[in-house]
Amino acid sequence: MNPIWNIASKELSDGLRNRWLLAISLLFAVLAVGIAWLGAAAAGTVGFTSIPSTIASLASLATFLMPLIALLLAYDAIVGEDEGGTLMLLLTYPLGRGHILLGKFVGHGLILALAVLIGFGCAAVAIGLLVDGVDLGMLAWAFGRFMLSSTLLGWVFLAMAYVLSGKASEKSTAAGLALGVWFLFVLVFDLALLGVLVLSKGAFNLDLLPWLLLLNPTDLYRLINLGGFDAGANAMGVMALGNDLPMPSAALWLCLLLWVALPLALAWRVFKRRQV
Amino acid sequence: MKAVDIQGVSQRYGSMTVLHELSLQLAEGEVLGLFGHNGAGKTTTMKLILGLLTPSEGQVRVLGQAPNDPQVRRSLGYLPENVTFYPQLTGRETLRHFARLKGADLAQVNDLFEQVGLAHAADRRVKTYSKGMRQRLGLAQAILGTPRLLLLDEPTVGLDPIATQDLYRLIDRLRQQGTAVILCSHVLPGVEAHINRAVILAKGRLQASGDLAALRAEAGLPVRIRASGLAERDQWAQRWSGAGHPVSALGSESLEVQARNGHKVELLRELLGEAQPRDLEILQPSLEDLYRYYMTRADAREEGRP
Repeated sequence: MNPIWNIASKELSDGLRNRWLLAISLLFAVLAVGIAWLGAAAAGTVGFTSIPSTIASLASLATFLMPLIALLLAYDAIVGEDEGGTLMLLLTYPLGRGHILLGKFVGHGLILALAVLIGFGCAAVAIGLLVDGVDLGMLAWAFGRFMLSSTLLGWVFLAMAYVLSGKASEKSTAAGLALGVWFLFVLVFDLALLGVLVLSKGAFNLDLLPWLLLLNPTDLYRLINLGGFDAGANAMGVMALGNDLPMPSAALWLCLLLWVALPLALAWRVFKRRQV
Repeated sequence: MKAVDIQGVSQRYGSMTVLHELSLQLAEGEVLGLFGHNGAGKTTTMKLILGLLTPSEGQVRVLGQAPNDPQVRRSLGYLPENVTFYPQLTGRETLRHFARLKGADLAQVNDLFEQVGLAHAADRRVKTYSKGMRQRLGLAQAILGTPRLLLLDEPTVGLDPIATQDLYRLIDRLRQQGTAVILCSHVLPGVEAHINRAVILAKGRLQASGDLAALRAEAGLPVRIRASGLAERDQWAQRWSGAGHPVSALGSESLEVQARNGHKVELLRELLGEAQPRDLEILQPSLEDLYRYYMTRADAREEGRP
């Protein structure tokens, strides 16, 4: 059998064994159903409101959760094996470092993809069955897009976690760095962008600003999910900038894919140089 | 074909040289003991053979090929010094995982658990294993796929005396099948009988290499003879110390005499022919004595070096 698949299937069965897959799927399902039915509670109504507002709320929640889950899943992928002594052992086996890294990525990536499919998929089915008069075509399209982009967002942060894991010499360092990365992309980046916008008082070239969103995969992810609806109504904060972005959605998807590929390539470089 | 062929290898980390011009050969079916203090270069030598390091100078060939060749790796077994494996997997799952990675026959797994005496715990999680049980699991892992070259790093750590004997017996069996074995260790009591050749490393240099008889001859360490039940002990003691053999008295009728090089048989003849002792004990210089001798010499040389 293929060495990549051997490593991947071990990660996958680890994910089943320690109930990660179950826990994440359950979390996603509960959150999605909760948001779909209770999301409008602030506006004084209970019950399903609309697909766009549900997706918008889900996307902003997944922006926080997905990176965190991916980083937690993968931060010890390399440094953990090193500390356990198994990395050195694996490297004496007939497989290369590329096989190990890709195997881990496939395994962890499948765990995330399955959790998204099971968790959010169940919520979509529940909405389709229980809500009267919902546009099923629209529901499938919006949820399909949401689930695919959520998976990709998770993969981005898996790849980043491997970079950290390949660099760090101790598990605790990798965990700290992972938290730092999460803060940077999920919280700090948008705040900094808004700060620049406000403080520059127009001195900053406004045409340039929307492009900066491409530098943050979580912003890309939200842009993808808000697009296609009556966008202006749902866009808040830096997302309003996205309306000025002269890009088709295919280009956004491509950027998100690049955000998976580039950190993964970087992780491979870092791992290749790691001394065992 | 040589199982291992190291030619003039030096290894540097930055400005520090950890291995100086090492040359070392190992034939198939030969068991080599690689001894040295911490930092002597044992682990570096192992890593070079495993292809985890590229030598700064010189050449390493394993089974006639570059050490990182996948074909070589399939016929190589390695027991690392410290390996905890995956605590959440059972022993059997661990071994099956590694068997798949090595491309070894999965049917072998049961048999391997029998061979290392771990069959009773094969379905328990590795988390619950003692140090000795993990060591046995590591050993089973190392002999997956019947390797032609086996590297064991401190294999007896955590093993009780019986398990150590089992390990030595396993090594003997593998040697008979033509497997080359490198046993890397601090000096171990009882290992002498199971190795063909000893290599002693100190401070990154090869200090001695050869079978035990050759090392003993080279070191010229005295053989000690203990005799008890000697009626005229003090006369014998005087006679031998007069002839230049250091003598020390033990108890009332016993003594220990160190035979100067080449005088062992002569002393024994005298003892048996004239002194008529009740019991005799001949103590050859042990591996530990040899090790101490070469270490002291290495220290002395190091001081002499600018």
